[in-house]
Amino acid sequence: MILKKIVFNVNGVAAVRGFSDYVKRDLQLAYRGLGDTVAPLIFFTMVCTLVPLGLSPDTQRLSEVAPGMLWIMALLSTLLSIERIFIHDYEDGSLEQLLIAPQLIEIPILGKIVAHWLVTGLPLTLMSPLLGLMLSLPGSAYPVLLLSLAIGTAYLSAVGAVGASLTVSLGRGGLLLPLLVVPLYMPIIIFGTATVTFAVDGMQWLGPLAAMGAMLCAAIALCPLAAAAALRFSSI
Amino acid sequence: MPNDYLLSVNDLCFERDSLKLFGDVSLCLSAGEILLLEGPNGCGKTTLLRLLTTLLKPTSGNVHYCGELLDKVRYQYLADMLYIGHQSAIKLALSAEENLTWMAASEGLHEPQMVRDALQRMGLGRVYDLPCHQLSAGQMRRVALSRLALSRCRLWLLDEPLAALDAEGIELIKSCVRKHLDRQGAVILVSHQDLAAGPMRKYDLKENCF
Repeated sequence: MILKKIVFNVNGVAAVRGFSDYVKRDLQLAYRGLGDTVAPLIFFTMVCTLVPLGLSPDTQRLSEVAPGMLWIMALLSTLLSIERIFIHDYEDGSLEQLLIAPQLIEIPILGKIVAHWLVTGLPLTLMSPLLGLMLSLPGSAYPVLLLSLAIGTAYLSAVGAVGASLTVSLGRGGLLLPLLVVPLYMPIIIFGTATVTFAVDGMQWLGPLAAMGAMLCAAIALCPLAAAAALRFSSI
Repeated sequence: MPNDYLLSVNDLCFERDSLKLFGDVSLCLSAGEILLLEGPNGCGKTTLLRLLTTLLKPTSGNVHYCGELLDKVRYQYLADMLYIGHQSAIKLALSAEENLTWMAASEGLHEPQMVRDALQRMGLGRVYDLPCHQLSAGQMRRVALSRLALSRCRLWLLDEPLAALDAEGIELIKSCVRKHLDRQGAVILVSHQDLAAGPMRKYDLKENCF
């Protein structure tokens, strides 16, 4: 019986379709609501512009804080937008329809996480060299910065989705979501800044990057499961 | 267990925050029938419907689908069921056509022509490509209900489908329901208006609510 259920659910074609359909739709919605979509990117740029003004334009001091600053800002920008991953679907009833769809809902949820990364994490990553330049990050660190942010922001999206699914029924503006999610973000920011700082200092940066990769793998495997379970409990 | 019923509900109770909303609800529905859930506001009609969608879990009691316990045939049941609630699941940024294409795809229907025909039938032929935030409440309702014009699900659960619809819209829904009943489908309906489209059972929740 259980086996039959699994076979019924893991109908490969339907599963892939469920995944790609959700990615496509969320990208389409992000494109139509462009103002909302670019808000985290504008925030990221603004804060990074303010840092040299607030701290000091001295390149030496800036390049010391640059890895940490870029990482903190990337994290906060993701946090700004992570709520959106489920809240609109909850408000207009799409989430209900997802929950009663005859499929494994973890797959569409993974699709939504990927779409969120594509509209938030990926642009942040691609913008980061420009902002690194503003913070006079040494040139050798750029490839590593890109790599670590690409992996790190994907982790942020995946883990953030769990927090968003737990708080989806509480409405907007709660401080609960950051409180839930930020502790889980701590390891990634430690390893993320470490990777970039190591690259700046000319040390071996592959170790912390590998640790981030491992965390991302675990997050991709587990977060859709956790988010699905949380949605089943919290969205009703 | 009576096997000839499409859906049978036995002694269903539901508590929310240890407050009993209703109890001992027993009802059954055969293929080709409408079941109208009645009762005053706040007596739990929508909740009962959501219990039947499996979005909520009953405190006690059970539901049988085609003579089998619902938990056992849950995936088959979900594939056979169409639920249209108060929230219409319409994305305001997308057009009527895109919305309906999406909804049809979630049912496994991937034919663009069917979607366009359905919108045409629901009287949305002229506004199919406008973003839904430009539509009126009644038109939005029609977009949500145009799923009925192409759905192949056996059991429809409709929560106040006629709200915000004009007389012509109500007629359109009636004709959809009639076709559905002819195909041996069944409908469970929460409505304060009459939807006389076929053989109808009524169930009044008034006596069961607390």
